[in-house]
Amino acid sequence: MATKTVIEAVRDAMHEEMSRDQNVLIMGEDIAERGGVFLATDGFIDDFGSARVIDTPLAESSIVGIALGAAVNGLRPIAEIEFADFVWPAMNQIVGEASKVRYGTAGKKYAPMVVRMPYGGGVRGGLYHSQSIDVVFAHQPGLQVVAPATPYDAKGLLKSAIRSNDPVIFLEHKRTYRLVRGEVPDQEYTLPIGVADVKREGSDLTVVAYGLMVHYCLEAANMVAESDGIDAEIVDLRTLSPLDRETILKSVRKTSKALVVQEDSLSYGIGAEVAASIATGAFEDLDAPVARLAGPDLPEMPFSPALEAEYMLSPEKIAAAIRDLAAY
Amino acid sequence: MSIEETISRRTGSGKNDLSVPPLTEDDLLEMYRTMVLSRTLDERVWLLNRQGKAAIVASAQGHEGAQVGAVKASDPSRDHYLIYYRELCTMMALGVTPTEMLLGFLAKEGEPMSSARQFPLHGSMDRVDIVSFSNVVATQLPHAVGFALADQMRGIDAVTIAYFGDGAASMGDTHESMNFAGIHKLPVVFFCENNRYAISVPLSKQMAIDSVADRAEGYGMPGVTVDGMDPVAVYEAMYLAIANARNGGGPTLVEARVERFYPHTSDDDHTRYRSADDIETMTQRDPIEIMEQLLVSRDLLGEARKEQIWDSATRIVNEATQAAEDAPLPQPTGDNDIYKHLYADSNGN
Ligand SMILES: Cc1ncc(C[n+]2csc(CCOP(=O)(O)OP(=O)(O)O)c2C)c(N)n1
Repeated sequence: MATKTVIEAVRDAMHEEMSRDQNVLIMGEDIAERGGVFLATDGFIDDFGSARVIDTPLAESSIVGIALGAAVNGLRPIAEIEFADFVWPAMNQIVGEASKVRYGTAGKKYAPMVVRMPYGGGVRGGLYHSQSIDVVFAHQPGLQVVAPATPYDAKGLLKSAIRSNDPVIFLEHKRTYRLVRGEVPDQEYTLPIGVADVKREGSDLTVVAYGLMVHYCLEAANMVAESDGIDAEIVDLRTLSPLDRETILKSVRKTSKALVVQEDSLSYGIGAEVAASIATGAFEDLDAPVARLAGPDLPEMPFSPALEAEYMLSPEKIAAAIRDLAAY
Repeated sequence: MSIEETISRRTGSGKNDLSVPPLTEDDLLEMYRTMVLSRTLDERVWLLNRQGKAAIVASAQGHEGAQVGAVKASDPSRDHYLIYYRELCTMMALGVTPTEMLLGFLAKEGEPMSSARQFPLHGSMDRVDIVSFSNVVATQLPHAVGFALADQMRGIDAVTIAYFGDGAASMGDTHESMNFAGIHKLPVVFFCENNRYAISVPLSKQMAIDSVADRAEGYGMPGVTVDGMDPVAVYEAMYLAIANARNGGGPTLVEARVERFYPHTSDDDHTRYRSADDIETMTQRDPIEIMEQLLVSRDLLGEARKEQIWDSATRIVNEATQAAEDAPLPQPTGDNDIYKHLYADSNGN
């Protein structure tokens, strides 16, 4: 075992897969000589050459659309969107096109491609470097949406994403990149897409989260355990679509209370889907209405620190929501 | 400047490397038969729409010369055809049968491209690599560039043809695709069928210039305009573009000037926006008649043979219509289960 950051895990996953399969290539802005703005592809140009590490023009729709064509014609492209905030010009090629290749050809063609993008806030990114864009993709059948929280999960899931025969939207929370460290096995491994993970076992209530919020929830769980003796179970979704409802329901049936935490704005969010799934699948086990804690319904988080903090969730805000639910 | 000069000067591949093999008598007759079959089928489909049997039809009438010429210049055994909806004659030229097409127009079981999930001409074919994922115009251009990138990377000498209209030329995807293909000298030919209209919007409101091909300069690739009503002229231009792409010379933008004889689709009425004069003059040149004149001038076509070719097309289309009308509609169970083919199965297929 070695201790790695999330960005190192992402880099290792891609490096291993590019070494293992000649058909894997990566394309995006500033990924070649620069090694990516977050250095996810640091050194790749030297190891794999410019045919497989392609600095594209600044044109997101074609980054995804060309990756899609190459995928259908036999390659396994990884398309990097420099920041998730800039994925909107490519939405049509993702939601309109990639999601429908297999379905629209009745299974004759398919698109084994990954679209990676750094997303999320709490990094003083303002309106255009903080966005949570996950729910838009999770709503679209035909896509798989993965949002890991730890180095171990990021590496194992990214390797699976690259090997998947259907498009994967791979969301990397920017704030976790260097903040979060964790053990990663030295030997090769992959993790299945579509399987959630219990990050902390507990008996009083279930907290469901993904991405950076998993870490905030773990901190909050420690706070309430110490201060109030509340024993929270933390379920990390890891994959947003397809959603692992079984793991969520299993936990809620045990604890009888659920809080869903999402960094994204509240309405029509992942939390709504999780809450509805719990209401349908574990109604009789519930001792309280399913609670949601989320960003406010605003276009995005502001830039200035106190304003950003007002928008952004924190371990303290989550701890307060846990206490409220426990007291219900 | 000639088309040969334009392509060779731009790419530096040397004029003498590129020469167009002349079409044989058999080639010319086959192209004529294909156009006649397409026209006959096109008329039939329009009729089936008016009978309430075909939900939507986009006619290729007026585009047949361009389409048959382009296919003739390509190699269906290895090339990729990223088509759009107005390609009935391209389909015929690539050997898709009238029955297969009619199964699509009537949304019947056994439709080969999408199992009748999509509009006609959308999905993909197995025998020839014909691909059209989407109704959203110009989305196929980045896909085509991706196809070409994958071939270039693996040293496969296939060429991808990206078909699009003058309206689609305005989309951002068109610009992004040509830009990328130019940078990487990809083996792709951008084939614009310019019929002067995008539904009702005329070319003058689509662009401030007269010719889509003029834009090629901005992408570092040759751009040529050709009379799309003349199948042989299109064959020659496309042959040069495809040969150049296959030899590593990179992309070309070929603009075929065609006419759209029918309204945009069966749901459109072009008398609302085209003048009577425009409608009358546009049909004065017909690619099928241009081909007939060529064949007659070469002593390849007399009245008897002509009649036989048209009769034979009618017979084929009659049989195909019967077969397609007799075919069942797909039911959402078994093979046509609408939940199938969303993701790969557990074996990755
Ligand atoms: C992005 C997008 N916008 C609008 C439409 C609706 N639409 C379908 S075809 C069409 C006109 C296309 O014209 P052109 O590209 O010139 O091709 P043509 O039909 O003339 O062959 C329009 C506006 C569409 N399919 N996609």
